[in-house]
Amino acid sequence: MAEKKHKLLEVKGLTMDFGGLRAVDSVTLEVHEGEIAALIGPNGAGKTTFFNCVTGIYNPTKGDILLHPKGLETRRLNGLKPNKVTEMGLARTFQNIRLFSDMTVLENVMIGRHCRTKSGIFRSIVRGKSVREEEQFIVESSYQLLEKVGLQDFANEFSKNLPYGAQRRLEIARAMATEPFLLLLDEPAAGMNPQETSDLDQLICKISEEEEIAILLIEHDMKLVMNISNPIYVMEYGKKIAEGSPQEIKDNPKVIEAYLGEETDA
Amino acid sequence: MLQNFKQSLLASVWFVFLTFPLMAVRVNTTDQIVTWRLMNLVWVAIGSFVLSYVWRFMLERQKTRKKVDEEGGDTRSKLQILLEDMSFRYKAMGVLLVLALVFPLVFDTYQSNIMISALIYVVLGLGLNISVGLAGLLDLGYVAFFGVGAYTFALLNHHFDLGFWMTLPIGGIIGCLFGVVLGFPILRLRGDYLAIVTLGFGMIFKVVMENWDSLSFGPSGIANIDKPGLFGMDMNLAGSTIYIYYIMIALVIFTILITNRLKNSRIGRAWIALREDEIACVAMGIDMARTKLSAYALGAFWAGMVGVLFASKTTFINPASFTFMESAIILSIVVLGGMGSILGVILGAFILILLPEYLRAFSEYRMLAFGAAMVIMMIFRPQGIISGLRQKYEYKGTKDLTNNG
Repeated sequence: MAEKKHKLLEVKGLTMDFGGLRAVDSVTLEVHEGEIAALIGPNGAGKTTFFNCVTGIYNPTKGDILLHPKGLETRRLNGLKPNKVTEMGLARTFQNIRLFSDMTVLENVMIGRHCRTKSGIFRSIVRGKSVREEEQFIVESSYQLLEKVGLQDFANEFSKNLPYGAQRRLEIARAMATEPFLLLLDEPAAGMNPQETSDLDQLICKISEEEEIAILLIEHDMKLVMNISNPIYVMEYGKKIAEGSPQEIKDNPKVIEAYLGEETDA
Repeated sequence: MLQNFKQSLLASVWFVFLTFPLMAVRVNTTDQIVTWRLMNLVWVAIGSFVLSYVWRFMLERQKTRKKVDEEGGDTRSKLQILLEDMSFRYKAMGVLLVLALVFPLVFDTYQSNIMISALIYVVLGLGLNISVGLAGLLDLGYVAFFGVGAYTFALLNHHFDLGFWMTLPIGGIIGCLFGVVLGFPILRLRGDYLAIVTLGFGMIFKVVMENWDSLSFGPSGIANIDKPGLFGMDMNLAGSTIYIYYIMIALVIFTILITNRLKNSRIGRAWIALREDEIACVAMGIDMARTKLSAYALGAFWAGMVGVLFASKTTFINPASFTFMESAIILSIVVLGGMGSILGVILGAFILILLPEYLRAFSEYRMLAFGAAMVIMMIFRPQGIISGLRQKYEYKGTKDLTNNG
């Protein structure tokens, strides 16, 4: 089944060195259309570094990152600036929340619309009809995104005043505002209580189904990962040690040894 | 309450004790007389008591405000709530405009001159507000762009006899170009490093102008710069001051209009996002280089424009007008007034420029008061007199809403 689907992201032999430290060691990974893929591994395994390479914050030492947008030609992402990567349809959230804290919730999402709109300095000064229409479009579409993640009541609050779980959802809404076809979520459930986690679970599934956005997520919450994602990739010390369906991962002795340890009843 | 009272009383007794030898006893060594000035002690006691009490009162108020903020309550001051009322804003703007227009007709040339220099600082503050207040790029060499504008006019006027109106946009554009040129090397810098590099730029400008005699005539400066012309009319001193005053008012209104539009535009939001978090900003698809450069260049544009007017007003410029002190004052205007707030910056400029002018009697203590005011401000109101107001957006949701802000 999965083989037939369109391949969106293809990472081949990605390696990232920081001086003598090899943080990511020839990792190969693919994300297909309609998938919710997960990347798991113990702390310090290089998952976030992998994300940073893919989204252009780091320039990888070796390997290829290829993006295959549907109906467009393939693009190689190595060495591109983060904003170019985002423009190509790959958006992300951050492990340690990085919202614009002194802007309102609505404005945070509006920033996400930046790369899909185009009024420049001079047109903003003149503020003609097309600019005003574009502004209104930005506001309306941002508001609709807030409704999708259930934050419409907070639209005019400062984002720093939101509860933790809501801040995480706002990050997702902001990333979605860039109109991605692939969304990278870095530990979206970190610090959430079980109720919030299960809400997030539903939200991620909803985004995947309704918006037709493929998702690649890093997560430590095994319940969430096993529930919603397939396939799962496991990293340890920068290397990919396993990949497969949740059941395969659960039964994989290497994973149990490296990551789940004694705690599983395998 | 009582606690505060006691504490303040204690502080005042302590102060009387400490200042006793200094304030009360005066020994006249020639006549060998000791004079006791006990009245001074009373003043010290009253002064220190009042200051101490106010200090404690303000600290307490700040504490309660912080608590309200943590509970997600409303921390806006009464002034701020009033300002968010649009009808009040329009009325206030109308009144201010009328006052500004009749000012030079009511007061004499001296007052108009002071007002012109205050208005120059308003425009400078608004320009710096773009890079510091909105985009968060701390610039300690802003005065260099002001100098570039002034020298542009002085040189073009000296060599090619170009007039004021011709040079006004040229000054702005050249300031802008310098902003872009200086902006490139600082793209990778932020925070302290950016501050130091921009400080260096400010210094370099002054040193170059002092030493490049063949271009800038060195420290002796350029004299006999033309005043702004009005269809070739000859004006006396009073007349041309009034004329410059009105040009300045127009320039201020122009600046307010444009910076306000920029602030609430797609570009302005990108600037603010850049200030808040650079990495997240870039990850949201905003081109950092372009956004930084545009903020820097637009800030420099206003400095260049108003530099032309400054040269034309004083008819003489030399490098001594463009010292680091000027940069520091402009930055203080932005910080004191409230970063990112247009109204705040205007208020800040008037306070910082007009107060020292009218308090000339106390000119010895001017810098002392200036410093003290800054320290007190940063402790009690770090966000400035008026913090940036957020624009309210109108939207219609797709669902029924019980609460749409």
